[in-house]
Amino acid sequence: MTLAPETPPSVTAERRTVLPASRPRPAEPGGERRRSLALGRATDTYALLGAAGAAVGLTALLFVWLLPFNGAVGFACVGYVIFLGLYALLVSFDEDGATVRDRLAGVVVRTAGLLLLAALAFVIVYTLWEGRRALPHLNFFTEDMKLSGPLEPLSVGGILHAIVGTLEQIGIALVLTVPAGLLCAVFLNEVPGRFARFVRTVVEAMTALPSIVAGLFIYATVILTLGADRSGLAASLALSVMMLPIIIRASDVVIRLVPGTLREASYALGTSRWRTAWHVVLPTARSGLTTSVILGTARGVGETSPVLLTAGFSAEMNADPFDGSQVSLPLATFEFVKSPEPNMIARGFGTAATLMALVLLLFIAARIIGGRAPGQLSRRQTHRRVLASRRDAERFATRTRTGTDGHKPAAPSATPFRSSP
Amino acid sequence: MAAGVTGGPFDGDSGEMPAVDSSRVLYADPGLPDRIFRGVARGGGGLVLTVMLLVGGFLLYRAWPALDRAGWSFLTTESWEPDAGSFGIAAVMVGTVLIALVAIVVAVPLAVGAALYISEYARPGIRSTLISIVDLMAAVPSVVYGLWGLFFFEGAIIPTARWIATYLGWFPPLSVVGVDPNDPLSTATVYTSSTLIAGIVVGFMVAPVICSVMREVFTQAPAGEREGAYALGATRWGMIRSVVLPFGKGGMIGGTMLGLGRALGETIAVYLIISPVFVIQWHIIQSGTSSVSSLIALRYGEASPFAMSALMAAGLALFVMTLIVNFAASSIVARSRSGAASDA
Repeated sequence: MTLAPETPPSVTAERRTVLPASRPRPAEPGGERRRSLALGRATDTYALLGAAGAAVGLTALLFVWLLPFNGAVGFACVGYVIFLGLYALLVSFDEDGATVRDRLAGVVVRTAGLLLLAALAFVIVYTLWEGRRALPHLNFFTEDMKLSGPLEPLSVGGILHAIVGTLEQIGIALVLTVPAGLLCAVFLNEVPGRFARFVRTVVEAMTALPSIVAGLFIYATVILTLGADRSGLAASLALSVMMLPIIIRASDVVIRLVPGTLREASYALGTSRWRTAWHVVLPTARSGLTTSVILGTARGVGETSPVLLTAGFSAEMNADPFDGSQVSLPLATFEFVKSPEPNMIARGFGTAATLMALVLLLFIAARIIGGRAPGQLSRRQTHRRVLASRRDAERFATRTRTGTDGHKPAAPSATPFRSSP
Repeated sequence: MAAGVTGGPFDGDSGEMPAVDSSRVLYADPGLPDRIFRGVARGGGGLVLTVMLLVGGFLLYRAWPALDRAGWSFLTTESWEPDAGSFGIAAVMVGTVLIALVAIVVAVPLAVGAALYISEYARPGIRSTLISIVDLMAAVPSVVYGLWGLFFFEGAIIPTARWIATYLGWFPPLSVVGVDPNDPLSTATVYTSSTLIAGIVVGFMVAPVICSVMREVFTQAPAGEREGAYALGATRWGMIRSVVLPFGKGGMIGGTMLGLGRALGETIAVYLIISPVFVIQWHIIQSGTSSVSSLIALRYGEASPFAMSALMAAGLALFVMTLIVNFAASSIVARSRSGAASDA
């Protein structure tokens, strides 16, 4: 609604813009009819269904009567190829070559997408399904394996020790990597130069470090050279070596996305570098940084190989990460399924399901907190910011009022701008 | 804070202006807090750098005795008996590379298709959900994939593996030695624990990683060029082939190599699935293969100091290989048209 500024408000009410949609439609005797803009046509669906049905029938015929093939995977592969051929044939009856290729490509791309998603769903559902025997027992989450051998029924023993171990190890690893990682990421972006470029290259190289080599490094230094026992601490050190480059890399990317104009505005206000970093760059990138830390944590929680070399294995609860072997969820899974006993394998799947639930939880947390571009605010943050700027407006108003009679120069405010709440 | 600019060039301007303009030395004193900030940040960077270099340097230092003793035969020996003096990475390296290649062959078509589906075909409403699902898939622990491969996939693939051996066995890598494929009573165990199975499982594991890099690049294809292609009468596939794929070529290669790096270093899933042998195993569907990382996981426990050094050397070789792959990937991505903004 554009109104000339001099229009008095009483006239405004009558001059409202009327949207065409709210006008009554003219009757349509041969006039305009609403057309469907959908791209799909009924014949496309028929071609798809017909090709699918024919392919299933033909493949079944081949498999059962004509050819010495067997196996579900073979059936699916042969059937899919036949389906593609038949579909191309059906489409080519009423379309030209380019359209046939387009349709075929569409089908293949959709199949690949669905296949990848189905593979994920299948891996997850399979683990949960195989874990169904262990998971319903409450003792699975409240006991350790001290009193239960491989032949013990599932109503005895559990993985509490592994849950505690995982939480402690990842906790220590986070305490070590988050400050170091964020500091390094800030360094890479806020103190640019030749040294920063070199550090970035080395960090990039270290993301290629295979996790087993990280474990081998800690095993060789902490355990063999320094003579410490295998412990939760050694495991968290190995996890830290693995997670540090991942977290730095992800945070570096996030901080790089902070708009340069924000930084320049801050410098233009006379702000020093560290205040810019602390009050502008980090708050702006906060949701992205949280996401990258959480995703790094998810990688670290699920990593078995560094822990395998450094944590040792214990079947009983060890809440002290600094002394003695301490098992974690992925390691417990690994050790459980090495046993031939069905109950131990069921426990292994139960442990894997628990681990996956933990990863899923971390992931959902990352999606809720993050997933926003830097500078994009949640509703609550917007609300707080609106309130803050309203307060500022009042403050300025009072200052101008007092300034007109006293005309003393306003004292500089403690912070020239508001950091995001 | 105003403290940062007080030391500006106007501080010394108390006298009268000089007659001739000469270029002044511009010096802004950053102030004490800023100097501390820079020092701390630089220290943090230096600390991380030290840790990283320490890892690499220590690996080299510990691996040196073994490398020194084995010499060039380290690259050509197949067996792994360090205490008997005969050890080399020929067999494990070939196994590692073959597993990674199978993984890439499986993963890349899936990833390209899924990335195109998400960026071009999926309805906008479900697009963000699909992106989250693929990202989640990349975060599923490798031991979970390993369990799936060990307990489900290994059994499910036997008929297919037998079929391949029977009908495609004339191609040497796909043949199986020591079994008559036409004998229906022959044992199925020669088809388990093979490179093919490990490779397919690792492929499912790295596909989401590759997919998310490619999707990111595909979505950046400029809208103007897309619309141009449509305006010239291209079908959707025509547009993809002439705009999206050429634009995203660098990202596709980079993402593939990133996945290759991940596949080379994968440990637990491979360790659970394969049964280790220390000869070069070209027959990818025959039971028995090996990889560097599963070798380390298998042998670290009972290793003597010298054997440990040999394992370090193997780990170092693996690290060097993934390093080369990763650097190649990032340089390809950075050089491509779409690479400036993507983080592969």
